[in-house]
Amino acid sequence: MHISEGILSWQVLAGSGAIALAGTAVGIKTMDPEKVARTGILSATFFVASLIHIPLGPSSVHLILNGLVGVILGWSAFPAIFVALLLQAIMFQFGGLTTLGVNTLIMAIPAVSCCYVFRWLNRSAFLQVAAAFACGMLAIVISALLAAAALVFSEKNFQELAVMIIVAHVPVIILEGIVTGFAIAFLKKVKPALLL
Amino acid sequence: MIGEPFASGNSLIHRTDPRIRLIVAVLFSFTVALCFHFPALLASLAAAVILVLLARLNPVSLFRRLLPVNGFVLLLWLFLPWTWGGDPLLRVSGLEISRQGVTMAAILTIKCNVILMLLVTLVSTMSFVTMGHALHRLRLPDRFVALFVLTYRYIFVIEQEYERIIRAVKIRGFVPRTTIHSYRTYAYIVGMLFVRATERAERVYFAMRCRGYNGRFHSLAEFPSSRSAFLFFLIMISVIAGVGYLEWR
Repeated sequence: MHISEGILSWQVLAGSGAIALAGTAVGIKTMDPEKVARTGILSATFFVASLIHIPLGPSSVHLILNGLVGVILGWSAFPAIFVALLLQAIMFQFGGLTTLGVNTLIMAIPAVSCCYVFRWLNRSAFLQVAAAFACGMLAIVISALLAAAALVFSEKNFQELAVMIIVAHVPVIILEGIVTGFAIAFLKKVKPALLL
Repeated sequence: MIGEPFASGNSLIHRTDPRIRLIVAVLFSFTVALCFHFPALLASLAAAVILVLLARLNPVSLFRRLLPVNGFVLLLWLFLPWTWGGDPLLRVSGLEISRQGVTMAAILTIKCNVILMLLVTLVSTMSFVTMGHALHRLRLPDRFVALFVLTYRYIFVIEQEYERIIRAVKIRGFVPRTTIHSYRTYAYIVGMLFVRATERAERVYFAMRCRGYNGRFHSLAEFPSSRSAFLFFLIMISVIAGVGYLEWR
């Protein structure tokens, strides 16, 4: 869910740009030097995962997986997502330079929130599975709400468009919940250290 | 599926100092994003088209790049004329098309395409490695530059890894469908991708340590300042100022 160039008001662009910059700076500051390689490679994985198309009825949707990235990376998800989106903008023109801030927020705020939600719920085996599904869904719910908010705060007349964006994401919310849930269950069996 | 089709080329734009191209791209994009008047927008459109011609980009691949974004723009055209309100321009079976809605959709269409053309001509015409070095020379934090370059470098590796896993599941008879089984398979593929990526990250980190990595990003690239680059910078700054003047006079 990329917000295109030229749509948003300068207030929203400036505000979200400043917050995205701050979040990225926090993520970079708190990243140990030895984690730079890991974050870069996981950021690349996030980039590739977002190119995976999954069938949904007659059409297909691509995975977003920001919830999963948040659970694995914590605050480092901010710079990881920022860099992945910058690369996407340059390689495919999905979004551009001025919307980099707002698009980073749309993806990264849910990611970091999911990290906290998951840690908080991560007490029993059952809760962990439930938390994994919830994180996958929650991430897209927050992303869609943030995208809608960015549109509505820019221009009141974007209301219908914003509602449509949220409605269009309902199937994605469910799909991401399922995929993130299974992926976390898998990681818990195969490499639990990743989820700490 | 991933490549840098515009990075190789020999044109005035390709030869210009990458740092200057980055600065101009950022300044110009933000200026256009703030414009709402047709004179300023048309002037920036003209400037963007001239830059595209100067960069001698393949028009077909440029068009293909702009296509997906214009899908979203199409959505604006489907929504805004009906929902914007304002003076009616046309009445079709009880629904009013507002003049303001149509104008707004036109403004947003131009803005969106101009900013993306600027991105393609000024930024996508340099390789990522060059961009990493340029960002480093522009004094962005070492860790950020390292993150940027490493992400770019490993996208292709991870993509190959993904292709390998997909081949493996296909050979075992996997057909993607809208079923829980399919989704679980995809989730395991993604999980496996993350597992392999982390293990690779450990190896990469140790290899970097062996070669003396201590958190610093070193770049040997030199971008000697030249008179023509400075001239390009001056011209672009005046174009941006001109667009700004047309918008806020």
